[in-house]
Amino acid sequence: MNQLTPDLSVKLGPLELQNPVMTSSGTFGYGLEFDELVDLNLLGAIVVKGISLKPMTGNPPPRIVETPCGMLNAIGLANVGLEAFLKEKLPKLRKFRTKVIVNIYGHHIDEYAELASALKGVDGVAALEVNVSCPNVEQGGMAFGVDPDASARVTEQVRKSTDKPVIVKLSPNVTDIRIIAKAVESAGAHAVSLINTLTGMAIDIETRKPKLANIRGGLSGPAIKPVALHMVYQVANAVDIPVVGIGGIVDYRDALEFFIAGARAVEIGTANFVNPRATLDILEGITEYCQQKGIHHITDIMATLGSNLHI
Amino acid sequence: MKEQQLEIVFNRQINSNAWLMGLNAPEMAKSARPGQFVMIRVSRSMHPLLRRPFSICGTKDTLMLILYRVVGQGTAIMAHASHGQKFSVLGPLGRGFTFPDAEGSIVLVGGGIGVAPLFFLAQNLKKHRFLFMAGFGSADEIIPVGEVIGTQIDVSIATDDGSIGHKGPVTELLEKYIAGRDINKKAISLFTCGPKPMLKRIADMSKDQRFWCEVSLEASMACGVGACQGCAVKAASGKDKAYYHVCKDGPVFAITSIDWASY
Repeated sequence: MNQLTPDLSVKLGPLELQNPVMTSSGTFGYGLEFDELVDLNLLGAIVVKGISLKPMTGNPPPRIVETPCGMLNAIGLANVGLEAFLKEKLPKLRKFRTKVIVNIYGHHIDEYAELASALKGVDGVAALEVNVSCPNVEQGGMAFGVDPDASARVTEQVRKSTDKPVIVKLSPNVTDIRIIAKAVESAGAHAVSLINTLTGMAIDIETRKPKLANIRGGLSGPAIKPVALHMVYQVANAVDIPVVGIGGIVDYRDALEFFIAGARAVEIGTANFVNPRATLDILEGITEYCQQKGIHHITDIMATLGSNLHI
Repeated sequence: MKEQQLEIVFNRQINSNAWLMGLNAPEMAKSARPGQFVMIRVSRSMHPLLRRPFSICGTKDTLMLILYRVVGQGTAIMAHASHGQKFSVLGPLGRGFTFPDAEGSIVLVGGGIGVAPLFFLAQNLKKHRFLFMAGFGSADEIIPVGEVIGTQIDVSIATDDGSIGHKGPVTELLEKYIAGRDINKKAISLFTCGPKPMLKRIADMSKDQRFWCEVSLEASMACGVGACQGCAVKAASGKDKAYYHVCKDGPVFAITSIDWASY
């Protein structure tokens, strides 16, 4: 009997991906760090570390602390900056057939627009993911993402400045994430990705000091999966643009839950630290699941939970 | 760098708080350089979540040796692991020690479990003569080098409580040694790893004495491969970066590269 080869390709608006398993910004460096461990050509997309106009050095250490089934980070968007990214990282990434999505971060709205303009027409950049949800920087980031108007303004400016598909990455640290999702949809976002980390903290009871130098950090890992899944479900039923599910996905079962809840693709984050091959293991697991269930196209199981359930 | 399932060949307690694990690692044992480390996934479940970083403390044929202290949940799991069990190990990782020129004196100074990377270095310094100084809390916390790497090495011991060897910090042994030499005539290459106060003291001494020194640092880490930027340590002023990452730029650094005031 011929084994079914399921079609895993998906579309995020104008962005076509060979499969729905992507890496999450900040957890996979510029992709190249994992080159020896993962066949990067097999990924749906690589979402690189958030890029700012100028290099950022990040927050003082300690920057990470482990928590039950998760971790807090306060990296502070340390990155090489736009110029070094274009000169040093992107040429190496172009050698892979996997699409590269550049996560962009600005201190002010103008900087988002400037980044988008600079990346306009640049070969090897498949899409932009707009970071309006980093909890670990003083200016920009989550300050935009918790305000529907500011989120919409950033989205609008980025859309005006680029020819690339625009994904807006949303913060869970809001009262109702659907309001932000709808605002960025109206402003022209091609897709939304969620969730970024949940703000949290940890305290050393011996020193009575925060375990992170930044005091607060962003919680990620399996601990946040149920929260992320619910928000993806909520947003998928509130907007018409595709939703990328992120948050605590460590294996193919987790990924499938997000698909069923309405995600068109997923991003794998903290799991990369635990199992560098997590993305590929998830892809294999999804393929086998489709084979066992006779699913010909992965999109056939997406958003099959139904939208008429009580939210 | 590889991720492999490695089988435990032995795992034994060697003193009141230190354990030695031998992993069957034909490839890693061959490619590992002194000062490099591995990330061990201690649990197949999601808690504890992150891998734990450990210096490689030696190799013996196909064995890779890991010396560790039980300090938390991860190392407690390791201490209970038995022969035949497998752990996922990522490595060898990071930048190891720079081998010294044949000229001058070589001194290794370790504190507590910080002797681990220095044992591996000692194992590989066969052609060179060197001095090894090690500090421990007390006699029952001594980590016997012969039992760990199978080679007898003379070690000058200091203990905090004076139960054996010099009473006081190991840096006092180093001070005495340096005081007895004309450092301008005969250079000293120092390799060190240990607790913060010890490293800070040696960093202070290196300013006055201008000896050449490399230090192996530890840090909380998530990825181990330079992706997450979690293991940042502040660089000394005037360096090309504001922060170094212990996993990729280190774990071995020139002692002058680090901002010791903030460490």
